[in-house]
Amino acid sequence: MKKIRIGSGAGYAGDRIEPAVELAQKGGLDYLVFECLAERTIAIGQKQKRQNSEKGYNELLEKRMRAVLMNCYQNDIRILTNMGAANPLSAGRAVQRIAKEFGLHSFKVAVVTGDDVLSKLQALDLTLDEARLPISKFDKDIVSSNAYIGVEGLVKALESGANMVIAGRVADPSLFLAPMIHEFGWSLDDWTKMGRGTCIGHLLECAGQITGGYFSDPGVKDVANLARLGFPIAEVDEEGNAIITKVEGSGGTVREATCKEQLLYEIHRPDQYITPDVVADFSQVTFQQMDIDRVAVKGAMGTARTDSLKVSVGYTDGFIGEGEISYAGVNSAVRGQLALDIVKERFAICGFKPLEARYDLIGVNALHGAKHSTENNPYEVRARVAVRCTTREEALTVGDEVETLYTNGPAGGGGVMKSVKEVLAMDSTLIPRDQIQVVVTVLED
Amino acid sequence: MKLHEIAHSRTGDKGNISNISVIAYDMENYHQIKQSVTAERVKHCFSGIVEGDVVRYELPSIGALNFVMYQALGGGVTRSLALDIHGKSLSSALLDLDIE
Repeated sequence: MKKIRIGSGAGYAGDRIEPAVELAQKGGLDYLVFECLAERTIAIGQKQKRQNSEKGYNELLEKRMRAVLMNCYQNDIRILTNMGAANPLSAGRAVQRIAKEFGLHSFKVAVVTGDDVLSKLQALDLTLDEARLPISKFDKDIVSSNAYIGVEGLVKALESGANMVIAGRVADPSLFLAPMIHEFGWSLDDWTKMGRGTCIGHLLECAGQITGGYFSDPGVKDVANLARLGFPIAEVDEEGNAIITKVEGSGGTVREATCKEQLLYEIHRPDQYITPDVVADFSQVTFQQMDIDRVAVKGAMGTARTDSLKVSVGYTDGFIGEGEISYAGVNSAVRGQLALDIVKERFAICGFKPLEARYDLIGVNALHGAKHSTENNPYEVRARVAVRCTTREEALTVGDEVETLYTNGPAGGGGVMKSVKEVLAMDSTLIPRDQIQVVVTVLED
Repeated sequence: MKLHEIAHSRTGDKGNISNISVIAYDMENYHQIKQSVTAERVKHCFSGIVEGDVVRYELPSIGALNFVMYQALGGGVTRSLALDIHGKSLSSALLDLDIE
């Protein structure tokens, strides 16, 4: 039975680079996928593109490609990625430049576009899910509207013979499903196969999260060598069954437990995981350890895809200002609390009315509130003030007020850090599938 | 006994929704976990954090439960003022539950 090996070279925009190099060199791969586009990442990309029309793609694209391109080319490994983010065409040209620099003049890059639906969103006046308002009545500055598109464009791009396929907002599992469809000739309405391939894609898309990352709990769930974590490989057969594994000798572990955790990661109804390609059913999936670091996955199913696609809508929504300061030793929590009370009072005195404010004692109640904490006074605490407000100037005052605690606050406060960031909030809507025109552009010299 | 002794867990986030898996190390303990870790208990465990409903899904084939918690992430990753904007650490709070 025909089998292909697909590797996962990144699980998020800033992921480690060496594991992908290891996969390209020693993974025996046919395909290497880089999933680098979180919901919010594309909104950040659109903002960058506004400032410079050549930017807006993943900032590590060039660095990653310089690291793996030659190995992939020499080992006949084709690359798929959503690192195009808000500007897949510019990303494609950037990769082409690197290929030329390496003397790879026949390296072919195909770019998939059509996910950017901002103008259509306005024309159709679609209603936002969370704001519950039609776009025309939504008064925030919308910076991005990208539909989650499926495999069609990716498969077409692979059929063009491209060495590398670059897209923007495609659904994460579609990046993995596309090579299976291309290699095995699966029909796009074979829902069982679409469900199985989507399950494999879902398991792989967060890279190290299935090989022992985000898993270790020393003494209970031990994982060796996380500093050298190996990223996963799926050995997929034409029936859509797979073995999840990793490069021999790399760090981490592939076992049933890591696979089970990843199966349910970011899943709501396990029997209805909706992607552009299928409504996948993971409720009957089973895992079986076949050997060390080799786990078989079976049992995913699927039913017909939906008629609409999800659109992520990013908009600017004010600023978040933060400030932190630490206290240690006897009475540390009491002094930390005093620090927070002082800042709160200072805001009132200065007439600063934030939209939302939060006062935490890190080490006592910052993560889950006071009720989960024990009553022992920790040796050290960190007082943290975080505020959401309308302007950058207001946000700056938060850290500045915390900083004044050095000379105006409780005894022994140290290690102030302050920050300001713009809020890029996300909403979503659904767009009819027939409104989307996916375009594949093969870049020529 | 703490849930931590017989189960492991992972948290995921989408928008303002958090999901937490609870997975039995040993299939033999799945029934006990199912009896003990109800949606109501999970809702109570996260009172003050989770503002919406908690829905439980059962996956007997892998000995796991999946809890989907609505309005759980302070408005979502992009606007939350929380230290842990994704709610990644919520799974650890859940494993702290006492099990009979």
